[in-house]
Amino acid sequence: MVYLTRLEHFNAAHKLYNSQWSKEKNEEVFGECANENWHGHNFDLYVTIKGEVDSDTGFLMDAKKLGLLIKDHVIKKLDHKNLNMDVDFLKGQICSTENLAMGIWSQLAPQLPSSVQLHCIKLYETPRIYVEYFGEGNLFHDMI
Amino acid sequence: MSSEKITVCRKEHFNAAHRLYRPEWSNAKNEETFGKCNNPNFHGHNYDLVVSLTGEINPVTGYLYDLKLLSDVIKEKILDRFDHKNLNLDVPEFSSLNPTAENIAVVIYDLLRKEIEPAIALRITLYETERNFVIYPSL
Repeated sequence: MVYLTRLEHFNAAHKLYNSQWSKEKNEEVFGECANENWHGHNFDLYVTIKGEVDSDTGFLMDAKKLGLLIKDHVIKKLDHKNLNMDVDFLKGQICSTENLAMGIWSQLAPQLPSSVQLHCIKLYETPRIYVEYFGEGNLFHDMI
Repeated sequence: MSSEKITVCRKEHFNAAHRLYRPEWSNAKNEETFGKCNNPNFHGHNYDLVVSLTGEINPVTGYLYDLKLLSDVIKEKILDRFDHKNLNLDVPEFSSLNPTAENIAVVIYDLLRKEIEPAIALRITLYETERNFVIYPSL
């Protein structure tokens, strides 16, 4: 078993907001992240896949092809977007980094060749805050 | 004591949403000029801000400038107004000024220049992404 990681970037606006709650309750829980006019981040996305090395190529998977899959199915939907308003797979979700990582997993997992498995989505919201998701208990499962 | 000049720097960061567009232009012209940065629903960045002060060391304190004071000034004049904000909607300086990295750096310079004594030179380095940054005044 070997692991391969590809790093991609995107920039996006979002706010943390639970539509079931009052404005006051959202501000109490989410603080400045609830700013109704949005704020934004440079996100760094580490996608790690795992599997066996192909003896013909020496690759787990062509990293260029992995990069194109991530760009087509994730980055195009997120980069320079408003996560709350513009992203189909986040509709109805609180746009936290945790939920975003789980949503990215659900977008990407079905696109990978059967010879590899998705191992981890590691998503940096800032240089000092990141989330790791290994595919357990995916709330987005029904949306796949 | 040497009268050579020295530069001290304070690094800060803030997160904000913005959009690049000119309201008097058509959507097609804005798309052509600003591309995906023109998304009407905004996008955002983690900005890294480096404030550099250049001058002579005060022989009494050994400081060019107390970096704690500089930190407090940056926090009050910049971070409290820019962090977790929408630059177009929440920061009056950009109500009719495109919040490009260039213009943000100039606005930050103007805000801080008033707070730092004239004998000390000020320079702003602003990173919009890890690979895109601007310097004002120019080198």
